Amino acid sequence: MSVRIILLHAGVILALFLMQFLASDYVVLTFTRIMVLAIYALGYNILFGYTGLLSLGHAMFFATGLYGAALGVTRFGLGVPEAMLVAIGLGIIVSTVIGAVSLRASGVAFMIVTLMFSQAAFLTVLYFGDYTRGDEGIVISDEFRRFSLFGLEADLANPVLRYNLALAFLALAVAVTLAVIRSRAGHVLVAIRENESRTAMLGYDTARYKLLAFVLSGAFAAFSGASYALMFAYAGSTLASIQYSIHPLLWTLLGGAATVLGPVLGTALMFLLVDFASGFTSASLLVVGVALILLVLFFPKGILGTLRQRYLPWLP
Amino acid sequence: MTDTRLIVPEKKRISRRSALKLAGTGAASLMGGLAAGPGFVRYAQAQSSEPIRVGFQVHRTGIGAAYGRWYEQTTNAAVKLINEQGGINGRQIEIIAEDDATDPGRGAEVVEKFATQHKCDVAFGTLFSHVVMGSAPRAGELKLPYYVVSEGHHVASGALNRYTFQPGITDVKSQVISMAPWIAKNVGKKVAMIFPDFAFGYDHRDYFSAAIKAQGGEVNALIPIPPTETSFTRYFPQIPADTEVIYHVMVGPAVLTFVKELGEHFGSQHPPLFGFIDSLEAVDLKSPGLEFLEGSYLWEAYPRFAGASPTAADTFYRGKVGVDANGASVADPADISTYSHMFGCWETLYIIKQAMEAAGYQGAGDKAKLIEATEAITTIPEGNEHPQGDKIFNGKIHQSFGHQNITQVKNGVGEVVYRTTIEEGLYEPEADYTKMPL
Repeated sequence: MSVRIILLHAGVILALFLMQFLASDYVVLTFTRIMVLAIYALGYNILFGYTGLLSLGHAMFFATGLYGAALGVTRFGLGVPEAMLVAIGLGIIVSTVIGAVSLRASGVAFMIVTLMFSQAAFLTVLYFGDYTRGDEGIVISDEFRRFSLFGLEADLANPVLRYNLALAFLALAVAVTLAVIRSRAGHVLVAIRENESRTAMLGYDTARYKLLAFVLSGAFAAFSGASYALMFAYAGSTLASIQYSIHPLLWTLLGGAATVLGPVLGTALMFLLVDFASGFTSASLLVVGVALILLVLFFPKGILGTLRQRYLPWLP
Repeated sequence: MTDTRLIVPEKKRISRRSALKLAGTGAASLMGGLAAGPGFVRYAQAQSSEPIRVGFQVHRTGIGAAYGRWYEQTTNAAVKLINEQGGINGRQIEIIAEDDATDPGRGAEVVEKFATQHKCDVAFGTLFSHVVMGSAPRAGELKLPYYVVSEGHHVASGALNRYTFQPGITDVKSQVISMAPWIAKNVGKKVAMIFPDFAFGYDHRDYFSAAIKAQGGEVNALIPIPPTETSFTRYFPQIPADTEVIYHVMVGPAVLTFVKELGEHFGSQHPPLFGFIDSLEAVDLKSPGLEFLEGSYLWEAYPRFAGASPTAADTFYRGKVGVDANGASVADPADISTYSHMFGCWETLYIIKQAMEAAGYQGAGDKAKLIEATEAITTIPEGNEHPQGDKIFNGKIHQSFGHQNITQVKNGVGEVVYRTTIEEGLYEPEADYTKMPL
């Protein structure tokens, strides 16, 4: 990996670290949320951007992490670190099972199958409403958000800790993404995206690699969901709805599919755009729609994707 | 949509033109501005002469939009009146309204925005339970007093925090407990319950089942209906033949279909119906297909129809919020209000005023005193400030308890046949928020 690639990504993380000393409380809160959700987009990008598989069902993995963590701490007495690990583990298990089935389809059929599974998961959350409290959701009270790790006491209600934890999680997700896409397996994923038949003819077990991408992506989503629940003290069925399957797709497209930092940029821009637009119109989604049309016109490969195509060919 | 309303001097308003100009700077400059210019988002500490900022979390879009529109109209009317009367502690109220899209995720973000960007003194006005649940933890953590108008049992259950109150509207547990005796005595004791298959419906299922049992009755069928359902006919055969009362509490866009299909299923021979007005808020009872409701009973927190002898407070309130004696907009008789819920905004704003005045509230440093002053409220008298009726407020569970009304539909018009006492709706507190740290 070249020095400038390392410097670029480390620089972004450093800039986010420094932001907390310069920005207002509101920006710090907003970017905490953005960083947590960007992890979701980063994982989605591994599947969609690098492997070329468009899932419409990733909300189920986000929800797996969300409810795994929320129920873990509120009903099963787990501490925050244990709940995080359990939630990610559940994300891996669920995505392995769903991936093994849905990857038997491809193209539009794959999209529909993942969408159906996700809707089934959403209805499952409602069906077990006595446990999940359905649409109303679960509030995670403060006592469940305090924990000790390596002798250090921590409280997720502390905004400084929460911001830096979100940043650390994002840095980890970026590092893992970089490692994956620069690895041999990452190159195979790109090869599958470009020409799956040829990749298979070269002797690669494409089904296995696609499942790897699917599970990685699901694990990232669960990681993000668990972080969201514990940091913002809430888990509800809305966060398992189709809307949350579409979000990471839009964030990835906006920032640039198959670029490591694209999903992070896309998440931030979309989030800020909605927040800003809702300041002067209730038709904020119309503003988002216009932005996406402009994106297609001027940045057909997303912002970083187009920049890479025109000016920065080294951008991973 | 964020806007400032009513009392802000014109020069301070953010006009659409100026907002669009700001938008034109683009997302990049927005990010840059946010990161590099704390002045963009930081507001000076409120001075005593500055308005009291009330963050209004309004459902302008999403499933709650019909309610949100009337909540906003009621809020604006109340704020206008309070400001005309001198405001709170000599300060005017400024409403900072922002759409939460009836979404708990966005709701939480809006609360964060109220607390840290707009520097609101309080947040208020949320109706839908899931938005309250998603937002309340953020309000508690940011120590932003948060007054909801939701009627869910979530506040009184102890699930939330010391900063969250529901002082303007009775919760669903109290509502169903208070009405069960009258239903058992006057309508029937074998009740088939049709309810939405999510948390709001479970509250009805659990609390009404227990309440009717305490009256010697029984629930002979529980029929949960998934929220995604669009056709209901297949559920109706589950209603046992010996049912004496059908209890229905449906919400959402399919409620009209539900009621119409219920009518088609039973025809003219059907057990008496007892429903919640939630199913019919903002809907004209004389709508085609609703003839089936004739003679049925409805719960209403605040009767839509003024009737022959409305109270002076009700007449005053209707005039101020622009609603006629039939519960419709005075500007458009076809525009039916959400009369049974929106009074909660009016009354909650007066509770905020009462508590702020009791606390001698001057600014953010007095929020703890505001919480304690709100908790110290015990009785709420009927009057122009509380036109729905007198109430009891329990500071331990941050919940008010008021009278409920049972209305019978006669010739397409609701007529109150029973008004519960407050005592009929009281229950043992399940929590004590006052023990939580401030």
